Amino acid sequence: MTVRALLQAAPALPCHPVPRRLLSGAAWAEFAAALATDPSLDLRALWADPTHVHALLVDPADGSLHLASVAVESGLYTALSPARPAAAWFERMIRDLWGHTAADGLDLRPWLDHGAWTASPPLAARPSPNVAAPDLKEFLPVEGADLHRILVGPVHAGIIEPGHFHFTCDGETVVRLEIRLGYLHKGTLGLLRGKSPRTAARFAARLSGDSTVAHSIAFARAAEAACQATIPPRATALRAVMAELERLANHLGDIGAIVNDAAFPLLQSRFVWQREAVLRASDAAFGHRLMMDLVIPGGVASDITPDGAGIILSVLEGLEAEWPRLLASHAGSASLQDRTRTTGHLDPQLAARFAPGGVIGRASGRNQDCRLHPGYPPYDGMTLGAITRQDGDVEARIQVRMAEVMASIALLRQLLATLPELAPNAVLAERLQGVTAEGIGWAEGFRGDIWHWLRIEGGLIAHAFLCDPSWRQWPLLEAAVIGNIVADFPLCNKSFNCSYSGVDL
Amino acid sequence: MAWTTLWRALRRGHATEPAAPLDEDLTQALAARLHRASIAKLGRSLTIRQVDPGSCNGCELEIAMLGSVVYDLERFGLRFAASPRYADVLLVTGPVTRNMEDALLRTWRATPDPKFVIAVGDCAIDGGVFKGSPALLGGVDAALPVDAIIRGCPPSPTAILDVLCALIEAHAPDRPAAR
Ligand code: SF4
Repeated sequence: MTVRALLQAAPALPCHPVPRRLLSGAAWAEFAAALATDPSLDLRALWADPTHVHALLVDPADGSLHLASVAVESGLYTALSPARPAAAWFERMIRDLWGHTAADGLDLRPWLDHGAWTASPPLAARPSPNVAAPDLKEFLPVEGADLHRILVGPVHAGIIEPGHFHFTCDGETVVRLEIRLGYLHKGTLGLLRGKSPRTAARFAARLSGDSTVAHSIAFARAAEAACQATIPPRATALRAVMAELERLANHLGDIGAIVNDAAFPLLQSRFVWQREAVLRASDAAFGHRLMMDLVIPGGVASDITPDGAGIILSVLEGLEAEWPRLLASHAGSASLQDRTRTTGHLDPQLAARFAPGGVIGRASGRNQDCRLHPGYPPYDGMTLGAITRQDGDVEARIQVRMAEVMASIALLRQLLATLPELAPNAVLAERLQGVTAEGIGWAEGFRGDIWHWLRIEGGLIAHAFLCDPSWRQWPLLEAAVIGNIVADFPLCNKSFNCSYSGVDL
Repeated sequence: MAWTTLWRALRRGHATEPAAPLDEDLTQALAARLHRASIAKLGRSLTIRQVDPGSCNGCELEIAMLGSVVYDLERFGLRFAASPRYADVLLVTGPVTRNMEDALLRTWRATPDPKFVIAVGDCAIDGGVFKGSPALLGGVDAALPVDAIIRGCPPSPTAILDVLCALIEAHAPDRPAAR
């Protein structure tokens, strides 16, 4: 049977806006095998609760969603990683957090569990005291006489998050990179449990601070979907204003960081200056530079300030006025182009297998943007085109970001010109009183598609998963640096800019 | 020929005269001048190492802005170092996760004395919103002695810069403020 037929045949459990299909162990095994031969559905997330494992599949053509679950039997479920290598990191995480083992999984080494927790697996029904530390020194083997290793981190040289990079090099050339994360594990999924969506929103807002707005939107939309609440149109529009400001600020910072790593600080200083202008406008309009805690389940925490729209528009004008000079300076510098072109090439076919989304996917030819597919308000009523490049190198990722800066400016102008009337937020607390409900919400952050799933029991969160796009992007960085010189790693890394905290949970 | 020259030099003894006794007053005056110069030049300078043992990355975003053209922290004698080995100050962001405890302690040990530890952001102060999570040790003071704190979630670049400049002033009490 095909993947779709297997899902159709399985009983549907209530979840909004799409049901969750509960597959039998045998059907799930067939589903795992069918995924290997059916590329028409992307695996976008894989997670668990104490008794089941859940997968999110998306049809990239139309954005239709499919949720599939299987009961874990004697601690085991059939692995998806042989069919979809993107599942490997998820499977390692599931084992560390819930204790379910992916039978025949590609990689069963520990991931988030570094042996330092007091009890594990922390989200299992009954965690046990931690006795033996898992062996973290275990890295993939490499063979070859002249190879040497460069070990970096977890504490890095710059002002960035911690992670361990294990390079194997042949002279100057990287032949393998293995990334080890989990250092920032704060137990966020555990903290969500037993809280109302309104209280738990603070944790979603802090899964990855640079995407605080986008994660807050995905979380709020999951809670609203669960109780089928509709929020006022003005709140929807203001969320999009904040999301586009966040995208602008991050893209400007990222472009600056990439050119700086190619020894072009002059250009970086202008990009970062513009980033600061956007942060200040966000502060003036919404009262917080990163707009943290301003998107809440049911609506928004406060309205835009009276002069907020004017301040944002004048910053956009300033950015647009300088933009041609920034573009010309970027395109006209041979030494910069020499560093960014062909560097860190991500093969489109590999990208298709991992469905990385965001700038990374779009720079390798994938038209994946969840504002378009499946779409959500207010974007579904707006003019928004897909921005893609085919080259898949650092330069393509810069160019996608540059084009998206312009697209966000256009969206912000549309949104601010047509802000609907003020209306009170939807009150979720009443609808959630004592109910059991499930919802999935999504939002396009500056890194790509974010998915949040919530299961609410008795009005409180019983289980949840917050999926940052970095899960499907980090492994591709490992692939994209192969064959590059070590000195170009910072360029590759900055052009990906995956989140550490977002996947460390 | 070379042997004759060598023999003569040995017979004549050292041509270099022994050093004259030190002029105590001059030495004192020079030492005082050097001290003033070092306070003026070095006392107005702090090297900072940022460490993230568990942040959401919001605090890093704002700290990174300090190095931008807008805030330009180097004009105050402040600079970021790539290694704790040359750092005077550790700027620590986020709660301390159990998975980062070891790396944080090693970074702290690699920082030469005297060193200042500044806990940046609400998480670094006491765990912030994550307080109580079993995956955490707690705020920075659960792992290290903390000298100063900067509140906020995240604190603005201006708030962080104010504390760093105050630290410089404390270092060089007899100098007029630079800003
Ligand atoms: S204080 Fe706020 S911004 Fe800083 S790490 Fe904690 S949650 Fe993130």
